Amino acid sequence: MRAFDYQVPADALAAMRAVAGNDSAVFLAGGTNLVDHLKLGLTHPDLVVDITGVTSDEVVERDGGLWIGAAVRNSDLAADPRVCERYPMLSEALLSGASGQLRNMATAGGNPLQRTRCGYFQDNTTPCNKRRPGSGCAAVGGHARYQGILGTSEHCVATHPSDMAVALSALDAVVHVLGPDGERTIPFTELHRLPGDEPSRDTVLHHGDLITAIELPDTPIARRSRYRKVRDRASYAFALVSVAAAVDVTDGVVRDVRIALGGVAHKPWRAYLAEEALRGQAAIEDNFREAAAAELVDARAVDGMDGGNAFKIPLVTRTVVSVLRGLTQENQ
Amino acid sequence: MNAVGQDMVRRDGPAKVTGTATYAYEAEVDNAAYCHLILSTIARGQVTDVDVSAALALPGVLTVLTPGNVEKLAPTDDAELAVLQDGEVAYRGQIVGAVVAETSEIARHAAELVHFTYHVDEHDSIFTTDRDDLYRPKAINPGLEPDTSIGNVGEAVRSAHLTVAETYSTPMVHHSPMEPHATTALWQDDSLVLWESTQSVHSVRTDIAGLFSLDAEAVRVICPYVGGGFGAKGSPHGNVVIAVMAARALPGRPIRLALTRQQMFAIVGYRTPTIQETTVAADRDGRFTALAMAAYGQTSRIKEFVEQTAAPTRMMYAAPNRATSHRIAALDVAVPTYMRAPGECPGMFGPEVAVDELADALGIDPIELRVRNEPEVDPETGKPFSSRNLIACLREGAERFGWADRVAGARDGDWLIGTGVAASVFPAFTLRTTANIRFDHNRYTVELGAADLGTGAWTVLTQIAADALGVPVEQVDVRIGDSAYPFASVAGGSSGTATWGSAILTAADTFRDKYGDDPADGDEAENTFIGTGFEGGPYATYAFGAQFAEVRVHADTGEIRVPRLLGVFAAGRIINPRTARSQFVGGMTMGLSMALHEHSVLDPRFGHVINHDLAEYHIASCSDATDVAAHWIEEDDPHVNRLGAKGIGEIGIVGTAAAIVNAAHHATGIRVRHLPLTLDKLLAGLP
Ligand SMILES: Cc1cc2nc3c(=O)[nH]c(=O)nc-3n(C[C@H](O)[C@H](O)[C@H](O)COP(=O)(O)OP(=O)(O)OC[C@H]3O[C@@H](n4cnc5c(N)ncnc54)[C@H](O)[C@@H]3O)c2cc1C
Ligand code: SF4
Repeated sequence: MRAFDYQVPADALAAMRAVAGNDSAVFLAGGTNLVDHLKLGLTHPDLVVDITGVTSDEVVERDGGLWIGAAVRNSDLAADPRVCERYPMLSEALLSGASGQLRNMATAGGNPLQRTRCGYFQDNTTPCNKRRPGSGCAAVGGHARYQGILGTSEHCVATHPSDMAVALSALDAVVHVLGPDGERTIPFTELHRLPGDEPSRDTVLHHGDLITAIELPDTPIARRSRYRKVRDRASYAFALVSVAAAVDVTDGVVRDVRIALGGVAHKPWRAYLAEEALRGQAAIEDNFREAAAAELVDARAVDGMDGGNAFKIPLVTRTVVSVLRGLTQENQ
Repeated sequence: MNAVGQDMVRRDGPAKVTGTATYAYEAEVDNAAYCHLILSTIARGQVTDVDVSAALALPGVLTVLTPGNVEKLAPTDDAELAVLQDGEVAYRGQIVGAVVAETSEIARHAAELVHFTYHVDEHDSIFTTDRDDLYRPKAINPGLEPDTSIGNVGEAVRSAHLTVAETYSTPMVHHSPMEPHATTALWQDDSLVLWESTQSVHSVRTDIAGLFSLDAEAVRVICPYVGGGFGAKGSPHGNVVIAVMAARALPGRPIRLALTRQQMFAIVGYRTPTIQETTVAADRDGRFTALAMAAYGQTSRIKEFVEQTAAPTRMMYAAPNRATSHRIAALDVAVPTYMRAPGECPGMFGPEVAVDELADALGIDPIELRVRNEPEVDPETGKPFSSRNLIACLREGAERFGWADRVAGARDGDWLIGTGVAASVFPAFTLRTTANIRFDHNRYTVELGAADLGTGAWTVLTQIAADALGVPVEQVDVRIGDSAYPFASVAGGSSGTATWGSAILTAADTFRDKYGDDPADGDEAENTFIGTGFEGGPYATYAFGAQFAEVRVHADTGEIRVPRLLGVFAAGRIINPRTARSQFVGGMTMGLSMALHEHSVLDPRFGHVINHDLAEYHIASCSDATDVAAHWIEEDDPHVNRLGAKGIGEIGIVGTAAAIVNAAHHATGIRVRHLPLTLDKLLAGLP
């Protein structure tokens, strides 16, 4: 923990400029992830720019969808009646995350930008390519239980821990960003990166890019959707595997489907291959299983203590089947 | 009306819930300075150089303690306490330095700036049973024989109708009390005051006085409240020594030192992982013909602590042929210590699952099987039990739990349902303690250096004192938690209430003998209760219990939930049902946590615990422990001690994990022998 300057800018533009113009500046939203990192010595900013007052803290209707200000607290978003009715998977995802106290602090902009919980990343004394590029990846051969099975690289096998982000990925949300070159939008599914040979970068954002809002498009299929989180204790634990899903079945046939996976990759994993395999198929368990298998063709377990994380591969299939079975049974 | 037996509310409750109870770190002192520890980042080797220049250059830094620049301590055979005496590093996370600064933030920042150069030696932190350097310790905690043998187990197994011979294991776990280890230390006028979070003010005083070559009178240890200890605060660790060094380096300046949560996983002890090769052989009727356990544990290369994992196997059930042994691996790892129910807690896991496996194989109800193997006397020592009500606990538990309605293959929607049972045990003993009683202004003040870890000692000792003196509780002031009071034993081994209560009875007798029922102001008496010691007296003295669990396993995902946990205990006289229930329920919850969650993941490549915070090291959350019920049977034990009280602080954790694992087997048909019971161990066997 080092001393730093603390600034409360007047507006979003000033906040963006304050950070963009200083390599050692960071945004502070709810602080539930950033402050831990300051204490653990994972980051050493000279300047902390408080953005909780510069972006909207409201959820508003727009073009049939919802527009979520970056400063909306996770607890408020989860309780918003429009979210509960039209995007239940998002509300469920938020409520499955962290604890009541943390959700009261955490923000819509900060949640998707929280960093991995990989134990080696959070421990300054061990090698980690994400924290110290080139130092190696201690997770391989070590504590691999929470590591990924999809899209990993030899440089990093970490997972993205956010539950909210899994739902946003399934919902085709859009991220609104204010950067040094002005405003732009990024499809949520393209916000996070795979580790490749540059695991230190979690997202495609550049230094100084400020998330101002997250837009949920009108998505009728999401009215009947679920977020299912499988974890090591009943509450207050990160996902081993999670599934956000919505499905539209008519006459026993899957017309449309959305599936995203959590706990499996460096980014919330939109299961396009599984979706494709299911569309137009009979809504039966065998097809759900095959769809999951299609998504997992390139899945690779991480070797490690206590059997590594090989169990996640069957667990994904079982959870996907379980969720789709539940949704389609409700459908009938 | 007697105060003992009443469900009196906690005397310290209001102060705690209003935040006015001061804990060690909050001691009211002026102008405190702050100390932050620096831990080694290698697992074995030597510190060859320390560069403190950057740290000292930081404004607000007062001093940096490093190997070699601190005062020489008196020779000690406790290497854990001999901090910074040389540059040797024996495990990763060992204390290699400390910074003292004007604020805790500066101290923490400066700690990052101290640069260590190490000579690194190859380390070895891998605990297995096939190492060739396992050794037989001279004694196991708390001074028992490492090995015992009666009859011939091998022979009995060969002629048995059925034998379960399996290996079970429990992982490394950490106490993780809510309040981290913390000290405020002040060295002034050649004397030392320590506000310390400890289970024993007197043992801290003795150890610190010895290390710093001080008279015991020059050291005062104060500890009115403790935010949990579970054994981690049973004896001092290196952090206290550092706090004292810092205080002596800055006379007159109070030093505050609290561990971070990560440091709590490095230097204040843990429960060793155990491996339990367990054998239970039986005849056709389920009578045990042999019982054996070969237990394995780890310790640190620089200090031996041997968990008595096989101890409960020695006394739990009857069998003509029996054997136990303990073998230890001394590794480049931190020093293990006692943790809630050392020995019994891990050591009842293997046997109580093995008994369930045997019941299953024999087709005998697991309660009935246990009943058939009740011993008449303690099977190894031949001593009679002062009281032994295991069967009563099993029967009453079965009744309350609805054991008779148990069906295999039950299912509720996606959830597979099963139930399980296991037995609990914990020894009852008492230690040496002195209590002082003084009369003034129509009130009795009772003083002794006991500790309340949150267990209720403030309250139950008041009840005991009131009855001992024959006055209402309103007329009694009990004072504990200060080494200025007479010597009291550690709050450990579930011996506190029985020991301290007995000392109060003894002192009250002396007081009344001297002054009768109408004392004058200033009348004062003191007496010492000797206690049984760990060896006990002519009787085998144990508390017993039975634990019942309902487990649900999700048929798709393997998630495990425990919607119902019920325990029935026979633990002698219950002094206060309110505080007793909370001890039992707390122990059972910790047992649930051990069954499903707790696992310190030690990465042997580095030598330290990787999941070292409470987000990644899981303990049961409220939604994991939804219905935990504790009951007890009336037990009148005239032999155990004058109070008739056995310990209740630890037995609640014993047997819980086995009951849960047995229930999971009942639900799924899958037998898990290695804790924690996590979903990955079930997935492959699910439908
Ligand atoms: C014990 C614990 C358990 C948890 N369990 C879960 C869980 O089960 N599931 C889950 O999903 N999460 C969990 N969390 C994480 C929690 O949800 C996140 O910490 C929280 O959502 C982060 O939001 P914040 O507003 O506090 O972000 P901050 O900590 O303020 O910021 C996080 C990062 O995002 C950046 N940032 C914040 N806002 C913006 C913005 N608008 N534009 C650009 N950059 C920005 C910050 O600079 C920082 O780098 C847990 C956290 C803890 C401590
Ligand atoms: S998995 Fe990624 S975050 Fe974890 S140690 Fe490897 S590089 Fe670091």
